[in-house]
Amino acid sequence: MSVDFTLLIPEFLLAGLAIGVLAVDMVLPARLNHRRNAIAASMAAVGMLAVLGYSLVDLRNIGETLYGQIYFVDRYALLFKALFLGTGVAVVLMSVEYVGKKLQNPGEYYALLVFSVLGSIMMASAGELLTAYIALELLSFSLYALVGLPRGDPRSAEAVTKYILIGAVSSAILLYGISLLYGTLGTTFFRFMDSPLAMFASQPTVIIGFAMVAAGLAFKLAVVPFHMWTPDAYEGAPTPVTAHLSVLSKAAAFALALRFFTEATQQSFHSWQMGIAVLAALTMTVGALVALTQTNIKRLLAYSSITQAGFVIVGLVAIGDAIGGGVQNQAAANAVILHLVGYAFTTLAAFMVVVTVEAHSGRELIADYAGLARRSPLAAMVMASALLSLAGLPIFAGFVTKFFLFTAAAEAGLLWLVVVAALASLVSLYYYLRIVRQMYLVKPEGGSAAIVFPRLSTVTMLGLFGGMVFVGIYPGPILDAAEAATHVLGPFVSR
Amino acid sequence: MSYFETHVLESLIYLPMLVVVALVLIPGRYQTVVRWTGVGAGLLLLVGSIYAFWVFDYGADAETFQLIRVYPWVEQLGIDFRLGVDGIGVLMVLLTGIVSFASAIIALRRDDDQKPYYLLLYLLIAGVYGTFVSIDLFFLFFFYELAVVPMFLLIGIWGSSSTYATFARTKEYGAMKLVIMLVGGSVLVWVAIIAIYVQVGLGTFDILTLQEAISGGALSPTFQRIVFPLVMVGFGVLAGLWPFHTWSPDGHVAAPTSVSMLHAGVLMKLGAFGIIRVGMTLLPGGMGDWALVLFILATANVIYGAIAAMAQTDLKYVIGYSSVSHMGYVLMGIATMDPLGLTGAALQMFSHGVMTALFFAAVGGIYDRTHTRDTMVLNGLASRMRWGTAFFIIAGLTSLGLPGLSGFIAELMVFIGAFRTEPWLGVLGVIGAAITAVYMLRLIARVFFGPRSRDWDRLPDLSRTEWIAASALVIPIMFVGIYPQPFLRVLSPAVDALVAGLGGA
Repeated sequence: MSVDFTLLIPEFLLAGLAIGVLAVDMVLPARLNHRRNAIAASMAAVGMLAVLGYSLVDLRNIGETLYGQIYFVDRYALLFKALFLGTGVAVVLMSVEYVGKKLQNPGEYYALLVFSVLGSIMMASAGELLTAYIALELLSFSLYALVGLPRGDPRSAEAVTKYILIGAVSSAILLYGISLLYGTLGTTFFRFMDSPLAMFASQPTVIIGFAMVAAGLAFKLAVVPFHMWTPDAYEGAPTPVTAHLSVLSKAAAFALALRFFTEATQQSFHSWQMGIAVLAALTMTVGALVALTQTNIKRLLAYSSITQAGFVIVGLVAIGDAIGGGVQNQAAANAVILHLVGYAFTTLAAFMVVVTVEAHSGRELIADYAGLARRSPLAAMVMASALLSLAGLPIFAGFVTKFFLFTAAAEAGLLWLVVVAALASLVSLYYYLRIVRQMYLVKPEGGSAAIVFPRLSTVTMLGLFGGMVFVGIYPGPILDAAEAATHVLGPFVSR
Repeated sequence: MSYFETHVLESLIYLPMLVVVALVLIPGRYQTVVRWTGVGAGLLLLVGSIYAFWVFDYGADAETFQLIRVYPWVEQLGIDFRLGVDGIGVLMVLLTGIVSFASAIIALRRDDDQKPYYLLLYLLIAGVYGTFVSIDLFFLFFFYELAVVPMFLLIGIWGSSSTYATFARTKEYGAMKLVIMLVGGSVLVWVAIIAIYVQVGLGTFDILTLQEAISGGALSPTFQRIVFPLVMVGFGVLAGLWPFHTWSPDGHVAAPTSVSMLHAGVLMKLGAFGIIRVGMTLLPGGMGDWALVLFILATANVIYGAIAAMAQTDLKYVIGYSSVSHMGYVLMGIATMDPLGLTGAALQMFSHGVMTALFFAAVGGIYDRTHTRDTMVLNGLASRMRWGTAFFIIAGLTSLGLPGLSGFIAELMVFIGAFRTEPWLGVLGVIGAAITAVYMLRLIARVFFGPRSRDWDRLPDLSRTEWIAASALVIPIMFVGIYPQPFLRVLSPAVDALVAGLGGA
């Protein structure tokens, strides 16, 4: 077992980048102080893009593992690396205006963003529970700090308190579950857990341990009934951080969950399947119904992200056949990844609008979107498209990705779950349309002066919009990449 | 096949999409360019649709589905961008071309920023064409949903709210009700499509392959019996199937004229078309089991719609309910599962589409000038608005089934089909036609003839653009009425194939 540290070059580069960005606050000469934000932001964005480029170009190490399957450098990790770095860059771009106005030390903000991306990448690469746990903590701690960064803002303080407390409890539960599993199975490696998990599936310690691991992940994914922290944290956090939370931390937890379930529960998946399916149904329904009554756009998007997580779990459940047997359905895994990509574009686009509107008016109620179409046709169009995409309407990403997810679920014999999901989509359409109505049909309150965005915001917005439409009308390339990625998991038994 | 012949169907989808992109890029201050783009594209679509109808092979031994194009899209799931039309599809393409052209002209306004309006209108048209020419279930559903969404903004922004003696209907209400009910229907369709795909288990969404497998017994009778109602109700919502029709009159009333034209003219046909393309083709056994239920509901459509129309005092509500009633004939023809009844249904889809667009064009013309649609206030318009009156009366006579106009032949065939299968329900259908004659003639007499009140003394007649649009709609009505053979010939192989499929189940 030789240890080849060159496998970790992208991770080392990212860590170095984070520290470098952090140093901007300290080492930059005073005469450049007014440029600190721009310098730190461009360092973070360009640095992450460079790491992304390096990872995509240097494929020599693809397929290697570190310390005998503790850490994977495979196409699955690569795909998520691309997704997380892309998300990171988008969040940096949407943060520039906010950070410039509200924060004293831009360096620490961007450094924490980079750290959280690093944590997510490690979560997608981990092949063993403790490594995954450490990666998860790196992500979580960065996010705690990010949520609480605006010092002296009481809402942010409240949000971070709740987030840390519940996050810590969930981490403890996760860790305890890991220890129980290790105690019974004698291993924490996903691949080696598979047979013993199937063999001892009815042992109380295994059941409790597995349930605790699942619950720990469920907290991070904001799965009902472990979702209570989400609306408060989303509302109180700085808006770009909310975007980061709803995309990066969810996608990272799903990346981990997908690898864990496909590798560690190859043979025993059916024992857990029905339980997870019920959670998925609950998550979709509660998320969709509670969102109906929200008046704050960030809370609404929080509940909508809960519903979306429910959809992804439908795909996660569908990797196994409901009639029996273990992990079989690669199409479901592909659909999960495709949905995550589409969701990332869509959610980031929506938040890009929320961020810019908030920067302009300082408000974040749905009522404040009245007449947005007259004040900024572009922002209204992007927002409306993103909402329709979340509702699952063509030509946007959500239509295709949901169609594939639900098809995969039906293939796994879970047609009832598809019915629940389709109904939840319908309910969600209603509240998304309410926002569209505000933007297009209601007259703006107090003056209809045009909202002028910085050019950077416009470009970011258009880029995300383009991605959303691309996934919506030509998902082929991304699905191919997803297929290559999930190919290393499993092995999926062909049906 | 010539280049045009090969690519005509996809062009009919790409062209409206291109118009959408072009309109995004054209700066809003060039309103003239926007208007020319909007109208010019409508004309191109009309030409393209007529061309598609023209090149379709009428020969008795020709293939049922023609002009087929296949572009691989997502191979993992067996989804292809697969286009093709049978006789019914190509007739619907022609209808869409005619109505799109007319409504693109009617949409012209001088005083407004027309860019977003045309943009959404063409998005809608792209969805309509796509649904009619897709022979892949995924894309059929894709375009079906695409056609629904723009309605929300088209009605919500440019629609009109109305207050009546006892109630009020805002445009927001109409728009929201319409979209939620239609998407609710499409949720059922969604589940049905996925269930069919999985149950057949061939890993393809290709309708023709699925059809072949299903006629070989790939779907059990029980499965078909359970899934067919999803398709029937899901698509039925859009077709105005009683009792799921309630969005339709409210939507029509709230919508601006050109949207009403498209909406009643082609959008509602999507629902009936979906029942034929998905329900009848892929679930022949379920169709057989549920035909009587569909028949009864369709009869309810006819009678209920006609009686409700009789009670309305708003011109648009009259037309809205008469649409519900006339869509009943379409559904009735489908439910007969009889060659004549089905041909009548398809012809009625075409006839009603053109006729109702003409209705709304005339009503829109009247409303723009009088600012009211109240039949109690309007009177004696004939002496002022000659053309408006003429067009409305042509539409009215078509709707009550006057021989020589398109409605007669279509309804006659539906009735013959109905008498062959369920005579008593057929009788009720004929009674519905009689009620139509009563309310339509009464309405025409009151609004256009009789004494004219002072208010309407200076009423101008239809403008030249409105005249062009309405004429484009009158020509096909007369053509079908006088010389229906080409239409019957194009339909007969498709209908025979459908009936053969039903018999084989």
